[in-house]
Amino acid sequence: MAKRIEIESLSCFYGNFKAVEDVTLSVEPKSVTAFIGPSGCGKSTVLRALNRMHEVTPGAHVTGRVLLDQDDIYGPGVDPVQVRRTIGMVFQRPNPFPTMSVLDNVVAGLRLNGMKTKSTLAEEAERALRGAGLWDEVKDRLHRPGAGLSGGQQQRVCIARAIAVQPQVLLMDEPCSALDPISTLAIEDLIAQLRDQYTIVIVTHNMQQASRVSERTGFFNISGVGQPGKLIEMDSTHKIFSNPTEKRTEDYVTGRFG
Amino acid sequence: MSTATALPPPSTLVGRKLPRWTPAALVAGALAIAGVLAVLGPADSIEGFVLWTGSLFLIGQTVASFAVEGGRHARDRLVTSLIYTSFVITVIPLVSVLILTIKNGMARFDSSFFSSSLRNIAATNAGGGAYHALVGTIEQVLIATAFAVPVGIFVAIYLVEFGTGGFARTVSTFVDVMTGLPSIVAGLFILSFWILALGQGYSGFAGALALAILMLPIVVRSTEEMLRLVPDALREASYALGVPRWKTIVRIVIPTALPGIVTGVMLGVARVAGETAPVLLVTFGTNSINTDPFSGPQSSLPLFVYQQAGLPNQVAIDRAWTGALTLILFVMLLNLAARLVTYFWRARMGR
Repeated sequence: MAKRIEIESLSCFYGNFKAVEDVTLSVEPKSVTAFIGPSGCGKSTVLRALNRMHEVTPGAHVTGRVLLDQDDIYGPGVDPVQVRRTIGMVFQRPNPFPTMSVLDNVVAGLRLNGMKTKSTLAEEAERALRGAGLWDEVKDRLHRPGAGLSGGQQQRVCIARAIAVQPQVLLMDEPCSALDPISTLAIEDLIAQLRDQYTIVIVTHNMQQASRVSERTGFFNISGVGQPGKLIEMDSTHKIFSNPTEKRTEDYVTGRFG
Repeated sequence: MSTATALPPPSTLVGRKLPRWTPAALVAGALAIAGVLAVLGPADSIEGFVLWTGSLFLIGQTVASFAVEGGRHARDRLVTSLIYTSFVITVIPLVSVLILTIKNGMARFDSSFFSSSLRNIAATNAGGGAYHALVGTIEQVLIATAFAVPVGIFVAIYLVEFGTGGFARTVSTFVDVMTGLPSIVAGLFILSFWILALGQGYSGFAGALALAILMLPIVVRSTEEMLRLVPDALREASYALGVPRWKTIVRIVIPTALPGIVTGVMLGVARVAGETAPVLLVTFGTNSINTDPFSGPQSSLPLFVYQQAGLPNQVAIDRAWTGALTLILFVMLLNLAARLVTYFWRARMGR
């Protein structure tokens, strides 16, 4: 069920401002791809363009193509809602729905998209929570509010919520930046398990994390304030962190970044 | 200074403080001086005495604090005292209105007041009640709510979730204008449009329409503010699950904002429940029970109070006070119900 993503000459705009210019890369199915780079270099923007979340911001639009296997998600007549059902997303800050219990949060996507049967929903919730490695921690408080869990547990509820709708691609936008090291480790272990089933793209500021969890890494950079971000180099994670082709990549991953 | 040598050196972080009994002593001093002034003449009324006491206390405290503790503490004490004073000044009229209404309203707060109308009760007759007015108020407020709340919530959703550009700004401006609309204008509008132009009769329904116009901007504004407080992260989380926009609004955004929306609706209800002017113009008013809001004149509690209070007879004035008390209780009960809804909603969310 995991699918390949091909990005072809993707440029992202916020109104007239070009935030990302001419990105071309491919994301392998059933693997973890990391995007790294300094703040404001457009890596999150590219990630959000992959499930058409970019255009939720007023005035935002893209040019170029994003192919999910053969289908261009920006093709004419494509329904962004359908794209988002196929490509799930986990955000930087845990954002469980405050009005819902743990269980309702996990099955929110299923229920809001029409699944009504209680027993099926309960099964799907258990499957997703086990998938997110959270079942044993929350099985006794499924009906307590989702907002009452710790930050790391909330983030894993959000991951469970994302995988409950059985997407083919999972996008993660700095999923650990608001979490402590223990919770981060739990999420990273989870990513390692999920890579067998899903195509995962993760944006991270933490280069150790990129080197730990990903097979391939793309380095984005920006030449100056007000300039669009660009993809500098994309290669196997090992190569990016040991012997990158570009001088700018080497400066960044070794911490000599200007 | 033998004791001082036994103590550890004073911390440089501890400044000099006025003793704790200082405010009490200052109050006593201010009372004493104001008492002397009362005897001598300048403060020989209750208002003057209170004013002198307060002013003397504020001056004394500021001077003492400035001398001992320094300028920052003196300003802190002065502003703290002023804020407490403002609080008391705000509460006095509210509490005194409530006490006066209860005191005067209890005279006729009996079962016949809530079970009989004013039919065949002349201005000088004792007895009678406000059953007809209570029925009118409940029906008119309910109908007004049924109009204003859905429309108001939809307008707020438009402004927050969809509205961009000139049209949304225009709508927003008109809502602001409507917020300041004098209630008599709403009544005149319904009178000229519904009754004179369309030829409908006087009715409770016409009054409800006027009340709905007054309620609408309050519902829009409060709902809009509550919807704006819902974090965009929740909307994005819902979109990312492949949930369509309308369902995100209905199932995620509105439930999250619901306690605030309920409070806003209650503010609107409280506002219109006490309106006299528009009701006076378009429901005509009656002394008889009319449970049909769609035909014939109907009364309402504010109208009842207005008419009874204008009669030159103590029994009528007693009825007016009880009507006012009933109106206050009606609004308080609605508020209480709204608080309970909000409370249980929050409890369900575990907060």
